[in-house]
Amino acid sequence: MIAKRIIPCLDVRDGRVVKGVNFGGLRDVSSPVELGAYYSEAGADELVFYDITASAEGRQLFTDILREVASTIFIPLTVGGGINSLDDFDRVLKCGADKVSVNSGAIRNPALIGEAARRYGSQCVVLSADVKRVNGEYRVFARGGREDTGLEAIDWIVRGVENGAGEIVLNSIDTDGVKRGFDLEMLKAVSERVNVPVIASGGAGCIQDFVTLFKTLPRVDAGLAASIFHFGEVKIAELKRELAEEGIPVRITK
Amino acid sequence: MIAVIDYGVGNLFSLASSLRHIGQEVLVTGDPGALRSADRLILPGVGAFGDAAQKLRETGLGEALIAEAKRGKPVLGICLGMQLLLTKSFEFGEHEGLGLIPGEVRALSETVDPALKIPHIGWNPLTLTRPSALFRDVRNGDAVYFVHSFQGTRCEADTLALTEYSAPVTAAVGRGNVVGCQFHPEKSGRVGLSILKAFAETEGPLC
Repeated sequence: MIAKRIIPCLDVRDGRVVKGVNFGGLRDVSSPVELGAYYSEAGADELVFYDITASAEGRQLFTDILREVASTIFIPLTVGGGINSLDDFDRVLKCGADKVSVNSGAIRNPALIGEAARRYGSQCVVLSADVKRVNGEYRVFARGGREDTGLEAIDWIVRGVENGAGEIVLNSIDTDGVKRGFDLEMLKAVSERVNVPVIASGGAGCIQDFVTLFKTLPRVDAGLAASIFHFGEVKIAELKRELAEEGIPVRITK
Repeated sequence: MIAVIDYGVGNLFSLASSLRHIGQEVLVTGDPGALRSADRLILPGVGAFGDAAQKLRETGLGEALIAEAKRGKPVLGICLGMQLLLTKSFEFGEHEGLGLIPGEVRALSETVDPALKIPHIGWNPLTLTRPSALFRDVRNGDAVYFVHSFQGTRCEADTLALTEYSAPVTAAVGRGNVVGCQFHPEKSGRVGLSILKAFAETEGPLC
């Protein structure tokens, strides 16, 4: 039985982790390298490294820091932010990424998903979607949630999977940062329509939110969060223990 | 020194990093001659069996690897590298493997529940089927990271560990100095590093 995954996300801006400023036990709390190594040891099942400004600023992701992060963690690493071409895929994969997450780049050029899947395999291509309710429908936003694309989200995601995306990160802009739980309604709508792993993102505030996520939506494979892990509000070992007690399959590390 | 065999299949960055992390000297090489001077050999790999087997033949790396394995040098195959150790594969046709361990590679879809997602991706616990030096620090139920659509079959006599994906799936095989893991030890956290360490340190048979 495959374990449900717990995934901390490092939102990186100018080489520093955003929101990572109050983390106990670490000397340099906003270093992606130190945080990454910490999470790899602490029992995270995967790490997402996201250059949050690369896409909005139209520049390439910091490959030197990425390389350093990748060489100090021994769990799968997904990298996103500013991925617009096969060359971008190639560059981050050579820096040690296992999967590459596309978002704005796929909106600008939808063929990118299929081209990347043919070259690297679907398991390598993650479609990340920032979704918000607009006039009663789910709408895809681009450029880090700044721009309404007008695309209907479920349709966009289903097409992405048909074209070769091997995994979906669904980030609900409506619940992001609110800390009152994942967007179960939106996650249900997406997970019922695709047969690839769906990662829930946006809204987790406490351990119970992860329990509710996996109990309510057994088709969701992973929960992703940033600041609640960085601030130590939710400790990964404790979260895993509680999930296991609730009968949810998780990977327990000693 | 551990030689990681580079035959143009897959990304060797993480594997080399994890070996260096556990204090090993690593040479990533595509030179068949270099396999002779290495103490231990790792055959990594992702992608299609047929292409990979052909590359091993064309470069002479396959022949050199077989020769070193037969001299008793420790060999570890990872993922597709494990499958290549077996006799043959039925992935898109029929292809000959290195034949160091008897077995056939077949699609997971032949045995697993069709409702389950293929590839089999994620953390899944191991069931050890017999004691081995390779898994000296691994306990039953320790989870490791898998990404694959095919698996070793008809290799029961040499199976070291299984995992469960609606049906038993071959997780590791071994015969004397030659071992293979279907999962990625370099991506399997502390458990994975302990397996690489055991491979790097064991004197004598690995299983």
